[in-house]
Amino acid sequence: MKQVFGKPKSLTENPFTYCPGCSHGIGHRLVAETLDELGIVENCVAVSTIGCSVRCWRNFDVDVVQGAHGRGMAVATGLKRALPDEVIFTYQGDGDLAAIGMAETMHAAARGEAITVVFINNSLFGATGGQLAPTTLAGQWTSTYPNGRDVDWTGEPIRMAEILASLPSTSYIAREALTSPKRILQAKKAVRKAFDVQINHNGFGLVELLAACPINLKLKPVDAVKWVEDKMIPYYPLGEIKNTKGVG
Amino acid sequence: MEKTMMKGNEAIGEAALRAGCRYYFGYPITPQNELLEHMANNLPKHDGVFLQSESELAGASMLYGVAATGKRVMTSSSSPGISLMQETISYLASAELPALIVNITRGGPGLGRITPAQSDYFQAVKGGGHGDYNLIVFAPASVQEMMDLTMLAFELGDKYRTPTMILGDGIIGQMMESVTLAEPVEIKQKKPWTVGRRKDRDYRNLVISAPFTNEEMVELNVRLQEKYREIEANEQRVECYRMDDAEFAIVAFGIVSRLSLAAVDSMRNKGYRVGLIRPITLWPFPEKAFASYPQVKGYLTVEMNEGQMVEDVRLAVNGAVPVHFYGRGGGFTPAPKQIEEKVAGIMEGGDLA
Amino acid sequence: MLREYNIAGFGGQGILYLGQVLAYAGLLSGKQTTWIPSYGPEMRGGTANCMVVISDDKVRSPLVYNPNVALIFNKPSLEKFGADIMPNGKALLLSDLIDGELDRDDIEIFKIPAKTIAEEMGSAMSANMVMLGALLTIDPVFDYSQIEAAVKKVTPSHRQHLIEINLNAVKKGIEYAEQMINGGYKEQEG
Ligand SMILES: Cc1ncc(C[n+]2csc(CCOP(=O)(O)OP(=O)(O)O)c2C)c(N)n1
Ligand code: SF4
Repeated sequence: MKQVFGKPKSLTENPFTYCPGCSHGIGHRLVAETLDELGIVENCVAVSTIGCSVRCWRNFDVDVVQGAHGRGMAVATGLKRALPDEVIFTYQGDGDLAAIGMAETMHAAARGEAITVVFINNSLFGATGGQLAPTTLAGQWTSTYPNGRDVDWTGEPIRMAEILASLPSTSYIAREALTSPKRILQAKKAVRKAFDVQINHNGFGLVELLAACPINLKLKPVDAVKWVEDKMIPYYPLGEIKNTKGVG
Repeated sequence: MEKTMMKGNEAIGEAALRAGCRYYFGYPITPQNELLEHMANNLPKHDGVFLQSESELAGASMLYGVAATGKRVMTSSSSPGISLMQETISYLASAELPALIVNITRGGPGLGRITPAQSDYFQAVKGGGHGDYNLIVFAPASVQEMMDLTMLAFELGDKYRTPTMILGDGIIGQMMESVTLAEPVEIKQKKPWTVGRRKDRDYRNLVISAPFTNEEMVELNVRLQEKYREIEANEQRVECYRMDDAEFAIVAFGIVSRLSLAAVDSMRNKGYRVGLIRPITLWPFPEKAFASYPQVKGYLTVEMNEGQMVEDVRLAVNGAVPVHFYGRGGGFTPAPKQIEEKVAGIMEGGDLA
Repeated sequence: MLREYNIAGFGGQGILYLGQVLAYAGLLSGKQTTWIPSYGPEMRGGTANCMVVISDDKVRSPLVYNPNVALIFNKPSLEKFGADIMPNGKALLLSDLIDGELDRDDIEIFKIPAKTIAEEMGSAMSANMVMLGALLTIDPVFDYSQIEAAVKKVTPSHRQHLIEINLNAVKKGIEYAEQMINGGYKEQEG
């Protein structure tokens, strides 16, 4: 059995700088374990984007290009077109990928870029203090809508994985949650497939990971995880949504 | 060397190919579509990558991705599109990535019109995006220079690890002129900082614009400023025409310098001792040239805008003699005769104290 | 040597192409040349014009304000540009489409029924080349072989079949202008 919490070789010695109970650490480990398994640290370039994980280059032991807010997949497009033999992945939050970066996201997916996207959906803008994201649940408290998200005013939350799966050129799309060891194992498999589809099929692979931001949910870490389990999962169903190349 | 005729916009594209640029990202906008289409038609023949991006925001970020690999890359647009690219241009400067951005300027503000203009001077030379940075900015005045300065922009971009810009105008972009084709170059420069396969190095490369500590943030800015001072010292480029005995000088760049040349020739025939200083680099601004002509009693800056470069001329002259301005925004092209009248008016009006 | 041309008419009359042939002929004869399509202050709805400069020296202004030679293909262009022609300059008017007069006695005016000539050849689209031929005779800066080479260079690959037709039209223009000059052009007006 794989050890989920041992330090993968593809992580540097730098400590994580995330808040206690933040899911970003788990997200990083899953990616790093996958890089270990695939043995690709020497031919992999990561794209970090803006959000709490902007400085993930301190942790991933690979070459990293840090792009502007929301432009991760456009940067990855440039990288992949220039380095077709390298593995390129982006690590993006929901504000980054689905708010400011919606156009870049949709078009990279529509082009079927051969990249892997690790999409951390924690239902809000973490780095700037818990503002509304396109993924914020109806009624959920945010610092910009302290009375909770009013969907008549701001619309219903966006299910990115489903939207991206509807585009003909995407190859692998899944959603998992970083809430329990069992779910994390599932998530790990999905991350691996999102890389495999790039490496073996030149396909676009994306895995959306439901994540906890205890600080901005104003919950204790365990309660934040429970909140993701109880509130997010019902709106954001888990599982493989699309796997046209049959990776697995 | 081969001589032919081509449009200024095409000359940029042809030069980029000859400079070894194999990556182009862009979004259509007039008056630079000939360049976009030249790259679309020719890059595939060179096994290069042409991609029409969903916006200038995305296109610039794609360019940023390629730039991080050290491969030569460019984009082009016109004013409104260049505004969108400012985000990435600032990131390029911060991450110290070379890339060429071409602005075939149109009249603004707003959508404006495709009339020729020079109203993006401030945006080009004073930074444009956020933060303390500069681009090396070239102002070609002929199709030949569209070609030669494009070659040079790639070379200096690599040398200083800095983004570069060609600031052109719609007239030179769209006009055809006889041009000698540049010789293709082979890029030999080693770029140990690029991301990609790590087989020959025991360190990893990071292309970032987000220093981790305040100290690193200060270091970045100190390093950038040192680089900019070096560029200012070494890379000022200028053409001085009939300046040696000039008692009055016109200062103009791009197409306006061509119109000013005609005015200078005509006035010289009438006995006026007039010359022309034509900045070829707008940043670094060729301020040294002004110190070389202490006999000049006054300057007239002519621009297709409401007065932008005139500020840099005033800084260069530093109050020593009067600096006048003649120009207008919104699609005005000064005829040589108008320039002449303006200069004559100043010279005869005793405004040269 | 310095020649500044303005060539003006409607879009679709082959104005820009004619200008390019002229500019290329300049290049092939070792001169410096510029060509600018209608732009900026010269921009007008429906009309097309281009400015060509051919010079021994580096071209100063590629924008032509007072051409030595104007090739005018329609009445609006005559009204717009007629007064700008340099004193002692030349105007070639496409007389089939211009019924008005150019009221200038300080320039030479040549009326060429280029459309009729082209139609007689069975190639109405070649009036521009007839005008070019006439120009060769009236202002002999280039010889025919340079024009021939320029036409071959400028014609796009999907239009190669038009080269011969165009060159025949140039020859017709040369002939017409020779006759006109030898016989006195005023008599040829009708
Ligand atoms: C152009 C721009 N606008 C706004 C910001 C400020 N900003 C930084 S991170 C962020 C939101 C990030 O949220 P998300 O992508 O969900 O990542 P998280 O921090 O939650 O991991 C914002 C708005 C920025 N850096 N750049
Ligand atoms: S703010 Fe939220 S997302 Fe950001 S590090 Fe803290 S817990 Fe994680």
